[in-house]
Amino acid sequence: MGSSAHEIQGHLKKYYMVFGALLVLTGVTVAVAEFHVSIGMAIVVALFVASIKGTLVACYFMHLMEEKSMLIWILALCALFFLMLLLVPMFTIGEQDAGLMERMRGLSPN
Amino acid sequence: MSATVIPYDVKPHPLTGMYNGKFGIWLFLASEIMLFGALFSTYVLLRVGAPEGTWPIAGSPTTRGDNILQVPLAALNTAFLITSSVTMVLAWANLKMGSFKKGQQFLLVTVLLAGAFLVVKYFEYNSKLHHYAVTFNEHFDRDGVESKSFKGLTQAGTEKTIHYLWGHVEETKKDADGAIQSYLFMPDHDTSHGGEGHEPKAVEIHPAEIARMTTFGPGGSSFLGCYFVITGLHGLHIVGGIVVMLWFLLTGSKMWKTQPDKYANRIECTGLYWHFVDLVWIFLFPVLYLL
Repeated sequence: MGSSAHEIQGHLKKYYMVFGALLVLTGVTVAVAEFHVSIGMAIVVALFVASIKGTLVACYFMHLMEEKSMLIWILALCALFFLMLLLVPMFTIGEQDAGLMERMRGLSPN
Repeated sequence: MSATVIPYDVKPHPLTGMYNGKFGIWLFLASEIMLFGALFSTYVLLRVGAPEGTWPIAGSPTTRGDNILQVPLAALNTAFLITSSVTMVLAWANLKMGSFKKGQQFLLVTVLLAGAFLVVKYFEYNSKLHHYAVTFNEHFDRDGVESKSFKGLTQAGTEKTIHYLWGHVEETKKDADGAIQSYLFMPDHDTSHGGEGHEPKAVEIHPAEIARMTTFGPGGSSFLGCYFVITGLHGLHIVGGIVVMLWFLLTGSKMWKTQPDKYANRIECTGLYWHFVDLVWIFLFPVLYLL
C-alpha cells in the first residue's frame, strides 16, 4: 500500500469516517433486535449489516483494497473453504429432520 | 555466532508485493478464519438441529440468544472493539508519520480498550455462572412458587413436558456430613411467560425433587456450550493481543531508535491481527446475541 507520511496523512480522515460508519451500523443491528422483527428478517438484516462492517474493517483498516491480487486470491480461496464448512453440514440436516418428522407423525394426539 | 538476516523484513518481496512478516501474518489469519469457521459451522449445525423449545436453553420463550444474554453489555463491548481498531490503525499511521510518542499513546489506548472488553466479559461470564436452571421431576408448587412448563420433543421424537424454574441459589443447606439437604432458591422476576409477573420470593427445593440442576455455564445447554467456547477462544485472542501490544509498549523505543521502519511494520502486523479479532466479534455479536 502507499505508505509515505503524506499519503497516510490523507488516510486519517477516511479512518474516522469508517469508525463513524461502524458505530452507526452497530446501532442499526441493535435497533433491529429491539424491534423484534421476524427471525428470517432478523437473520438477513443482522448478517447483511455484519458483512458491510466486516468489509469496511478489511478494506480500510487492514488495507486489503490496496494489496496485490495474489493475497486477494489466497483469501478468496479461504473464504470458499469457510463457506463449504458452513454448508456441508447443512446437507445432513435435511436427512435428520426428515427422520424427526417421521417420528413426529407416529406420536399419538394424547 | 553470526546473526541470520531475514530477507525482505522491511522492503516488499518482489513476488508477494509485501514484506515477509506481513505475508506471514496474512497466512496466519487465513488459518484463523478456518478455526473460527469450524466453530461457526458447529454452532449453525447445533442451532438448526436443536429440538423445539431447547434453544438457547430449555424453557426459552423464543429461540433468540438475548433471552439469556445481555445485549447492552455486548453492544458496549462492540463499541470498545471498534474504537480499539481505530486507535490501532492510528498508532501505526502516527509511527509511519514519524511520531513515536503519539503512536505509543494510541497503542496504549488500544490496550486499555482491550482490557475494558475483558472486564465487561468477566461480568457477563460471572452472571451466567451464578444463574441456575432447575428442571423438576414433576410439577413443582410450594409457598406460592410454581414451576413453569413447556412441551418439547426429544431427539428420539417423543413428547415430553419439562417443568422448570430459572433463578439464583441464595443458600445451600447441608447436614453434618456435608450432604445437601435443600437449596434456598430465588426464582427470576420475569413476565415473559405471560401473566403480570409478581414479586419473586425464595423457596426451598430438595434434591429429590430435582431432575437436573445446572448453571447457565458451558454445560447448561448446547447454545451455552457454543457461547462459552467461541467467546472464550475470542477472549484468548484478546489476551494474546494485549500481551503483544504491551511488549511493544515496553520495548518499542529501543527498536524505534535504530530501525523505525521495521518497528512500524511490526505494529502494522499486530494491527492486522487486532482488526481480525475485531472482525470476528462483528460477526459473533449478531449471531450469538440477536438471532
